[in-house]
Amino acid sequence: MRAYIAKRTLLFIPTLFMVTIVIFALLRVVPGDPAVMLLSGGTGGGDEEDYSQEQLAELRAKLGTDRPIVVQYATWFGNMLRLDFGTSYFYETPVSEDLKAKFPVTLELAILATILAVIVAVPLGVISAIKQDSLGDYVTRLITIGGVAMPSFWLAILIIFLLVLIFGWMPPIVYVSLWDDPGGNLRQMFFPALALGFSNMAFIARVTRSAMLEVFREDYIRTARSKGLAEKIVISRHALKNALLPVVTISGYEFGRLLGGTVIIEVIFMVPGMGRLLVTSIFHRDFPEIQAVIVLITVLVLVLNMGMDLLYAWLNPRIRYS
Amino acid sequence: MAQDRGAGRVIIPERPIFVLPPKRSAMNHVVEFFKRKPLGAVGAVVAVILVFVAIFANMLANHDPYTIRVAEIFSGPTSDTWLGTDHLGRDVYSRIVYGARISLYVGIMSSFIGCTIGLVIGVASVHFGGLTDLIVQRFIDGMMAFPSLILAIAIMAALGASLNNVVIALAIVYIPSTARILRSQSMVIKEMDYVLAARAVGAGNWRIIIRHMMPNCFALFIVIVTIHLGGAIIAEASLSFLGVGTPPNVPSWGGMLNGAAQSYVKTAPWVAIFPGLAIVVVVFSWNLLGDALRDVLDPRLRGTG
Repeated sequence: MRAYIAKRTLLFIPTLFMVTIVIFALLRVVPGDPAVMLLSGGTGGGDEEDYSQEQLAELRAKLGTDRPIVVQYATWFGNMLRLDFGTSYFYETPVSEDLKAKFPVTLELAILATILAVIVAVPLGVISAIKQDSLGDYVTRLITIGGVAMPSFWLAILIIFLLVLIFGWMPPIVYVSLWDDPGGNLRQMFFPALALGFSNMAFIARVTRSAMLEVFREDYIRTARSKGLAEKIVISRHALKNALLPVVTISGYEFGRLLGGTVIIEVIFMVPGMGRLLVTSIFHRDFPEIQAVIVLITVLVLVLNMGMDLLYAWLNPRIRYS
Repeated sequence: MAQDRGAGRVIIPERPIFVLPPKRSAMNHVVEFFKRKPLGAVGAVVAVILVFVAIFANMLANHDPYTIRVAEIFSGPTSDTWLGTDHLGRDVYSRIVYGARISLYVGIMSSFIGCTIGLVIGVASVHFGGLTDLIVQRFIDGMMAFPSLILAIAIMAALGASLNNVVIALAIVYIPSTARILRSQSMVIKEMDYVLAARAVGAGNWRIIIRHMMPNCFALFIVIVTIHLGGAIIAEASLSFLGVGTPPNVPSWGGMLNGAAQSYVKTAPWVAIFPGLAIVVVVFSWNLLGDALRDVLDPRLRGTG
């Protein structure tokens, strides 16, 4: 186990470097010069008469975009290790302040979505497996295939449409935080979480179903049944316990995927999280913000995936030796 | 006279002892596929309809998808504008029909280009092995670490919103996972006797890669392309929906759901509902087709999609 942890961690470091280099390089091949962008008032290229060359050079020096690219990368990376993500080009405030405000919102949304998904998916998958090839099983399978095909934004729009139609409800403009008003916050976050978690629900239900079906074929289930245990106990104590292993880890990986998928839901439901910050930053060509958000999400997903790999290895010793 | 020659007479049995399987035509295969995979067949039919709509969009649409008509903003479905009009008075039905072109174009181009590059990288990585393989695999680890939508958004942020940039962004997103799957497939193929035989008769690196390894990855390749194609249609819609994909005037299904469609969902629900429905139906059937193809062509992949 120790060797496995060491190997897994060592592989993590080059991947982390790779990720930061990719993001940094990507946003440096951008056609627009951020200094020109800021001076021309956000229109891109713009008229050259609006500003002088001295102003341009001065701003470039201030932003640091006049230095060699390797120096820029090293500075950026070094500062990031001290949790300093630079200053937003657009708002001219430290990026870390923005992240501190937006990150918990996205995290809450993803956690809520995962909880909702698992609560629905596991019973659905189990029942579908027990009653294999029944009408209920077919319906569940259709829902799960459909859930993967359903783009979350369309589901979100449908939810808003139904809510508006039935309750006259619109996503609130003002966001209330969990700490100020827990009830109000949960009311506000419930539907975004539902829209976000739906496809996860579908996927987890599918995994649960096939894991259950696989376990049902095992010898120990036959043993449990033949020694006369009630079917209920066979299912809950013997089958479910073993089938849940892949379900737990997949829910973990899916949680990571959700962190990246909140972008669209946040935009539709006007939730002030990192996804919305990312989209607005792209329109502002605000490199430090874009980089910080992407690095933060990606590193989080990386850490989460590594954690899940380790958890899986710990729960399932067969993996460690492969 | 023949009967008189007793010895050496060939006895022809009334029925042949074994029958060569009748040579099956392409049509037989299609019928077989429809019988064995009815859901996949439904998917295939919708896929064919989609291709048909995309090709004949200009005949099927009854309005120009770009024409802005101020007098007809948000008019509901009528006999003339079948699915109503949007916030600029453009005909929703015609835009959906033209949108099939955009979706199909992005879907096919991005998954095909991405998977082809992935195929080359995967096969070459195994073939050269050693340090090359190690470096390439670490690079792929890095690419795969990104959540795919986030990576696509980052690339679009760098390239700027345009149709072909969406293709490039999504193709890049599909390279690493394809390369990873085809790498493990090639590792199996590399150990096959026919590769050894080819090497023994003096075939060079590229000849082995192109003539022996790639063709044997082909079934898997087709399955991966099909699976990514559905994903690419959703991804294009997502990017356009966020405003970082195709430019707003392009009739993309995702773009049609953006902005006004959300704000006016109460007064003009048709603007948001029909393009979304188009995406769901197409991607849903495409997934059915992909699942069926995977089962038929490569059963080992079952449960990975």
